[in-house]
Amino acid sequence: MSKNPGAPVLELPATESAGERRMILNMGPQHPSTHGVLRLIVELDGEVIVSVKPEIGYLHTGIEKTCEAKFYQQVVPLTDRINYLDPLSNNLCYCLAVEKLLGLEIPERAQWIRVLLTELSRLNSHLIWLGTHAMDIGALTVFLYTFREREEILRLFEAVSGQRMMTSYFRIGGLAMEPPLDWLDRVQHFITTFPEKIDEYSNLLTGNPIFMNRLKGIGYLSPEDAVALGVTGPPLRASGVDIDLRRDMPYSSYEKFQFTVPTSTVGDTWARYEVRLVEMRESTKIVQEALDGMPGGPVKADAPKIVLPDREKMKTEMEALIHHFKIVTEGFNVPAGEVYQGIECGHGITGYYVVSDGTAKPYRVHMRYPSFATLQAIETMAKGRLIADLVAVIGSIDIVLGETDR
Amino acid sequence: MTSQPPTLSGKQAVVEGLPDHPAIKALDGWNSQAITDARFDFGELTLTVAPTAIRDACVAVQKAGYNFFEDMTAVDWFPASPRFQLSYHILSFSRKERIRLRAMLAQSDPAAEPTIDSIVPVWPGANYFEREVFDLFGIRFAGHPDLRRILMPDDWEGYPLRKDYPVEGYR
Repeated sequence: MSKNPGAPVLELPATESAGERRMILNMGPQHPSTHGVLRLIVELDGEVIVSVKPEIGYLHTGIEKTCEAKFYQQVVPLTDRINYLDPLSNNLCYCLAVEKLLGLEIPERAQWIRVLLTELSRLNSHLIWLGTHAMDIGALTVFLYTFREREEILRLFEAVSGQRMMTSYFRIGGLAMEPPLDWLDRVQHFITTFPEKIDEYSNLLTGNPIFMNRLKGIGYLSPEDAVALGVTGPPLRASGVDIDLRRDMPYSSYEKFQFTVPTSTVGDTWARYEVRLVEMRESTKIVQEALDGMPGGPVKADAPKIVLPDREKMKTEMEALIHHFKIVTEGFNVPAGEVYQGIECGHGITGYYVVSDGTAKPYRVHMRYPSFATLQAIETMAKGRLIADLVAVIGSIDIVLGETDR
Repeated sequence: MTSQPPTLSGKQAVVEGLPDHPAIKALDGWNSQAITDARFDFGELTLTVAPTAIRDACVAVQKAGYNFFEDMTAVDWFPASPRFQLSYHILSFSRKERIRLRAMLAQSDPAAEPTIDSIVPVWPGANYFEREVFDLFGIRFAGHPDLRRILMPDDWEGYPLRKDYPVEGYR
């Protein structure tokens, strides 16, 4: 264990003439507007921010190390816990990486349900962002509205996976099981009513003078800085860089869907708000397309040595029972090699780097998570602004501390 | 994932198989000895460069249009030698394509931490990623502006992601 888990002593800046007025302020780790346990060491000159130094690691649980001691299929539940607001994207990214190593072909229906659920998961992530971001700014009502719709999405997750947040529904080789009978109708009901809910949020915020004043012109990030600092997702697109892996490097059948990628050239917190709001509408369209064109067929790949057999078969067929026993007790061997799979999750580019040495346990799993990289841009965005603007900036990059710390 | 692209192994095969690839051309144009090994499998291109050349190699591929640093990490191949593999994933926005630069880093002295050049001067976004590798693998990055532990406490002993570090930690 650590000898001293407490905070390191802060060195005050060298006192220049202006330095004497400077003050070091600790924001967090327990602070409502840091969305978790982010600690920002802010250097202030009066109320103006001179520098921001993020301190992270409070949620570090060593997931990458844990992965090395688990079978490939046992890693899926670990991935849920990293970005807990967008769990299905994590599942998807990990499964795609391992499936690439295995050379598995995933049935079309499974791919489409994956797209559908990933988009619902993105909506879930954006709804939490919108609620908490508006709450930070002082618009408390929006939070109650967005959590009302989020509850609907969580019920849909619960119906397919039995869990509201830690879904683990995507498995290596497809899905855990076929969704329940009326589930697609429930999704249809939700997605029909959802666009007017977005209008509702927009009515509450878009014309609101307080909200506009707090967001417009704040936290500017130039496209050059955004690319150099590794920023991805809505903050990158709000700075005018048009890149979305769903469209540009499609995975899991995304190439079959029609959607537009919203961008803005303004690059401030307001632009990020607008981009995400349009993204929610686009996600709704993708879900609708997935529902309209949902193909039939199996939801698991035809690979009996990798995919667990159906419960029914396992109890009646000897061969299925043997496969079940082998997979559960010994796992399955994955050919040696290394792959990197990048996907576009709610916050930006999530990437899984999986190295296999040919055994049943991954030799190394590394996760690239967008919040980790985007956090580096916080100083660029907040420097020279007032401390109150820092709260708006943190909200606008939509940070999840579970994924920075892993 | 309908059909796996063919696997190309070895520098010769990759250069012949992908004659017009801008990253290979850029690295070969900069220094014909820069690529020490190459591999193309699972639709991903891996180019191995010498650890001393990593920063210049990054500059070369950046000029060739690989403009976005996406990820970097290390793999510990203990007890093999060279022990550490550093993997850099670089994305090109214009070509919609990703390459992996790889450097094999030996640990000559078991007591000292191996060192490689930092690529923060090329991509400032590599800052946290290099700090993470330093924190969890104990690899030093020469020229890094702020090389401190990032996830573990400052006074932590050992490097948790090394293979000789027990999963439960030292007791």
